Amino acid sequence: MSEQSQKITLAKGLNMGLRQAMEADSKVLVMGEDVGKLGGVFRITDGLQKDFGEDRVIDSPLAESGIVGTAVGMAMRGYRPVVEIQFDGFVYPAYDQIVCQVAKIHFRSKGRIKMPIVIRIPFGGGIGAVEHHSESPEAQFAHTPGLKVVACSNPVDGYWMIQQAIACDDPVIFLEPKRQYHADKAELDETATPEPLFTSRVVRPGQDVTLLAYGPTVKTAMKAAEAASGEGRSLEVIDLRTLSPLDMGPVLDSVRRTGRAVVVHEAHVNLGMGAELAARITEQCFYNLEAPVLRVGGFDTPYPASRIEEEWLPDLDRVLDAVDRTLSF
Amino acid sequence: MSDPTDSAAAPAPPQTGSGFGPDLAEVFGPSQQDGGPELIQLLTPEGERVHHPDFDMEFTPEQLRGFYRDMVMVRRIDTESTALQRHGELGIWAQLLGQEAAQVGAGRALRPQDFVFPTYREHGVAWCRGLDPLKLLGLFRGVDHGDWDPEEYNFGLYTIVIGAQTLHATGYAMGMQRDGAVGTGDPERDAAVIAHFGDGASSQGDVNEAFIFAASYNAPVVFFCQNNQWAISEPIERQTRIPLYQRALGFGFPGVRVDGNDVLATYAVTQAALQRARDGQGPTFVEAYTYRMGAHTTTDDPTRYRLSGDVESWKLKDPISRVEAYLRRNGLADSAFFGEVAGEADDLGARLRDGVKALPDPRPLDIFDAVYDETTDELREQHDEFAAYLDSFEGSHA
Repeated sequence: MSEQSQKITLAKGLNMGLRQAMEADSKVLVMGEDVGKLGGVFRITDGLQKDFGEDRVIDSPLAESGIVGTAVGMAMRGYRPVVEIQFDGFVYPAYDQIVCQVAKIHFRSKGRIKMPIVIRIPFGGGIGAVEHHSESPEAQFAHTPGLKVVACSNPVDGYWMIQQAIACDDPVIFLEPKRQYHADKAELDETATPEPLFTSRVVRPGQDVTLLAYGPTVKTAMKAAEAASGEGRSLEVIDLRTLSPLDMGPVLDSVRRTGRAVVVHEAHVNLGMGAELAARITEQCFYNLEAPVLRVGGFDTPYPASRIEEEWLPDLDRVLDAVDRTLSF
Repeated sequence: MSDPTDSAAAPAPPQTGSGFGPDLAEVFGPSQQDGGPELIQLLTPEGERVHHPDFDMEFTPEQLRGFYRDMVMVRRIDTESTALQRHGELGIWAQLLGQEAAQVGAGRALRPQDFVFPTYREHGVAWCRGLDPLKLLGLFRGVDHGDWDPEEYNFGLYTIVIGAQTLHATGYAMGMQRDGAVGTGDPERDAAVIAHFGDGASSQGDVNEAFIFAASYNAPVVFFCQNNQWAISEPIERQTRIPLYQRALGFGFPGVRVDGNDVLATYAVTQAALQRARDGQGPTFVEAYTYRMGAHTTTDDPTRYRLSGDVESWKLKDPISRVEAYLRRNGLADSAFFGEVAGEADDLGARLRDGVKALPDPRPLDIFDAVYDETTDELREQHDEFAAYLDSFEGSHA
């Protein structure tokens, strides 16, 4: 390990990234419920208020529309607010402000008003939580013109992507796989040069089937690829990272080689990201396809009670089952 | 059997037992059609100058003539635009007839560095900010969503979603706090925000959240509510059981009710509220008690839900005629002045009629221009595909 390198969790990576962004630009503000003294319920903003003060790390009343709506005003005044929505299922009170205001003000104003707002949302399941704490609302935001939507999957991306999102002059919905916050550690080299924010990346090369994943399911896909390799099957895994815009280049390159694709996400399959990916792959490399694009995701039900959430969430076996189906088509 | 419409039209405030505190009917009093005893007024509907212990101020003849001129011009913008809608030149128009004093009083109380967050009806405030009314017409004609630079006029874009802008106003005010533009004592520097909304919006969650955020952070924002008694067809009684301005107390900041048809009182009260905010004393709720003399918009038909007698009684409280009466009675303006203003209004009307037809329609490919600050490959592709599609038509010049 070099001097600049250290082993960090996703939570730490995000925390360090936020700190870097706040040091680099005094206009960056952090706002949300419990983000100050407590450091956020997941401790992502731990220590920031102590170091940057209450004017820059703002503990808010419990009102999500209020948080996002005031962030709009701050952005109009020249600030770069980073707001935390405490849990995915609590974003809906802010949905109107996000969809009707944050997403549209640049367009409405013919580009005169910029909306450099980052809306951080811990998303996805697997933490044994009660209702509304395990959801995957990304398609609702990716469907909204004017927003950009990204999902990090690992500590190093967390560190870089949050800084890149804050530097972006467009509003960014920033999805964080909460199950990964305090899970695996990875080595961070702060002197490295990150890839651009709105790019996808092949995280495991392979020849037989392309697995497309983002956020929490990147780990699931990697496990599936590992298991499949034991059976002599070579799966390529792509971490999409950006959901809007989609970076189709690496996806199409891969599918043109493998001829088969499986999309894996925790969100419901119906009208989810998988549907859009399947449509675009079909439109752009129809003659390369050996089988229909398959989707593995949550069932089209509300998120279940936590004792059975692992049955609902796509896991290694359901991914491998889909791989079997696409190979035997 | 009692007429069920009686209770819907004029409900008594709810009674409470002693265990739940005071009798609310005693606290708030009966419904007051004339605005009640708390109404702050400096000029009566008859044009008599009256005085108020807290908000009295002196006005120069020039100021008074200025208010008159503003209101006449603003009314002409409104009547002309209504006519333009009837002629098919505008898709819709949101009328402000009757609310000229509330808007001119509030608009003229601003300093250049203050910032306005309007609804879609603040044509009078826009006028005071120096915005060409033709810019407003573009939105209602459907050529854009508001083609002015908010930074140039310190006047935000019209917001159609009811009450959403009150949160933007509060956040903007919090930004002013962080910029050190509040409470310095420097009149050139200290700034405030004014958030416009109506009685209907007072029921929205966003407005109530804005009150909470503004109170919690002591944000320099004036919540200026034009209570025009109607939210399309819903009467004020459907929005509130107590006088609206009294709600402010529950949020922890002062609220006052001013005669919104009295430009002098509205000016005085708004100026004082803005100064409180600039001084760092936090938010104020100003309820401008007025009446929507016209329809909600040109698509609305108020004859379906309100009595003509109500409208007639409010005609007697007209905001412009009371200033005219005061000016004439006191010899502060002669007929040459009134003729001059009328001529100016005619010129404005002609300019709007000609100008609206000359507003260029947007070009199809412009749709893609400002979705993002940094556009995406996806949008570039859609743009190019659409361009090729348009080009595929014979004689196309897209």
